[in-house]
Amino acid sequence: MTHLRRYIPVIAVALGVIILQVVLSGTRSTYYMTQLTMSAYYALVVIGLCLLMGYAGQISLGHAGFFAIGGYTTAVLTTFNLMAYRDTPLVSLCRSLGVVVQRQDIYGADILAFSPWPAFIVAILLTVIIAFMIGLPVIRLKGHYMAMASLGFGLIIYRIVLGGRIFGQADGISNIPPFKIIDGLEVNGRAAFRVESYYIAWFVVLAAMTLAINLVHSRVGRALRSIHENEEAAHSLGVNTYRYKLFVFVLSALFAAVGGVLLTHYNGSIGPSEVTVTKSVRYLVIVAVGGMANLWGALFMGIILNFLSLRGVFGSYDDAVFAIILIAIMLFAPEGLLRLPRLRAKSPLPSGGTNG
Amino acid sequence: MADVLLETKGLHRFFGGLHAVNDVSIAVTQGAIKGVIGPNGAGKTTLFNLIAGTIQPHNGEVIFRDKKITALKPHAVACRGIARTFQTTKLFSHMTVLENVMMGRHCRTQCGFISGMLNLPRTWREDKQTREKALSILKDLGLAEYAFETASNLPFGRQRLVEFARALAMEPQLLLLDEPAAGLNIYETKELARLILWIRDRGVTCLVVEHDMSLVMAICDDVVVLDQGQKIAEGPPRAVQRNPEVIRIYLGDSDA
Repeated sequence: MTHLRRYIPVIAVALGVIILQVVLSGTRSTYYMTQLTMSAYYALVVIGLCLLMGYAGQISLGHAGFFAIGGYTTAVLTTFNLMAYRDTPLVSLCRSLGVVVQRQDIYGADILAFSPWPAFIVAILLTVIIAFMIGLPVIRLKGHYMAMASLGFGLIIYRIVLGGRIFGQADGISNIPPFKIIDGLEVNGRAAFRVESYYIAWFVVLAAMTLAINLVHSRVGRALRSIHENEEAAHSLGVNTYRYKLFVFVLSALFAAVGGVLLTHYNGSIGPSEVTVTKSVRYLVIVAVGGMANLWGALFMGIILNFLSLRGVFGSYDDAVFAIILIAIMLFAPEGLLRLPRLRAKSPLPSGGTNG
Repeated sequence: MADVLLETKGLHRFFGGLHAVNDVSIAVTQGAIKGVIGPNGAGKTTLFNLIAGTIQPHNGEVIFRDKKITALKPHAVACRGIARTFQTTKLFSHMTVLENVMMGRHCRTQCGFISGMLNLPRTWREDKQTREKALSILKDLGLAEYAFETASNLPFGRQRLVEFARALAMEPQLLLLDEPAAGLNIYETKELARLILWIRDRGVTCLVVEHDMSLVMAICDDVVVLDQGQKIAEGPPRAVQRNPEVIRIYLGDSDA
């Protein structure tokens, strides 16, 4: 059962997450959990980007855009007041199905808006469609050209968010309701839900990690790595390189969008700062310092750096810190950024593989 | 007359003003080893790339097992049963030798993104079969001891063998070998000749681009000679060797 060995780190991290919660609760410093929860959602973006960049070797500088598509879609749907359309058949139907619900905003006024589950589903579908449409042309580009194109995509999303009245322009959107996943389990930023939300976030992250680890060890993962190493050879062995690159691009966008949706519900708000190019660069930097084709490295760097950033350790030098890290990588390990040194997935092979 | 496995009909390919492949029609008989020879720049590798789908011809067609494969992309050509090796060995250098050979099973396996992510039982069952198959091929080629070595750590000659193993893992009907003896010493070349004959005996038809005349004469059933993109001779190696046109392009005009 050598293929089960890859789950040992997942279990270890899960235990670590529990121990950390117990320690933090015991020392009455549960407020750290808020940033750990937020970092976990940012880490989802990083895991997806690690698959795309580290394994398939495709650079994206637009992943904050996908995070925002997820976050803003759910934000708009769960806050846009449908009260004026209350009596239209469509809204009545949605209401009777529970897709649209009535609640009170912070000022106590009644609003009628989509509930989080349908909003989540729409956000995910929309992200998949947009990622697919962006990916179709962008994936054909190589190296720096793909980086530039994805950067352009990120900038377009940023301008749309900043200019669109429905997206709250520079103010963003607030008063987003908590995401009740099932009864008694919700993603909610209020202090009373801190522990609960922390566990939900980490459950989602470890589930995503498990999927990603399985993928890189599978036939598809091998094919992705082979594309990164030598696209012509991969092609000659029957790998539909274009399709694989497109799929992993969409998959990584999907991971980012899930992070975006959940963090938006957790924070109760989202603003244009989530969509900036510096955010996209930040994700890329984290994957690079994590060791490129190294999911665990990306996860840990993602948690640590985001946690420190959210705690305000870097102060007003926040973006500068990530820029400095990027420059340092370019100077001292440029191979790590564009052409990585360690492509080999940690293979569970050495024993038991041959004796069947 | 045995069956024709691969046929090219009037292939043309230009690179700017250069007519790299000019009206080349060849036929490869099932179970044969066919050689493609010619001086540098004769269009041999271009011909290979046209067959493999890496580049598209400007005119003419490629027929494989009675079906037209001219407009197909390389991955589709590969999955039809045409494997190739490259003039400069193209291994996945950071992957292990075993993983390289397992890549050769890509067309013969199915598990996609979803079953890979969920690690379904059929995923690891398939992966186990892929691994066993790859190991047995490595064993056949005497590479079993290198299975878990990173590919780039192997000496050059061994890397070429790994590329062969990877191509054989595809269980192809036709194997395109682009200058397999390039950079090998005399001993390794002899070993290579035995290997190619062994591959042919396992039912894989081979098309070999080669500079090394001794190798071509030793293994090929049939040789086609290209010069400046055109076919100038075709036939059994002995006959081609005596062809005055061939002697001229290889040795120059007697009155030059």
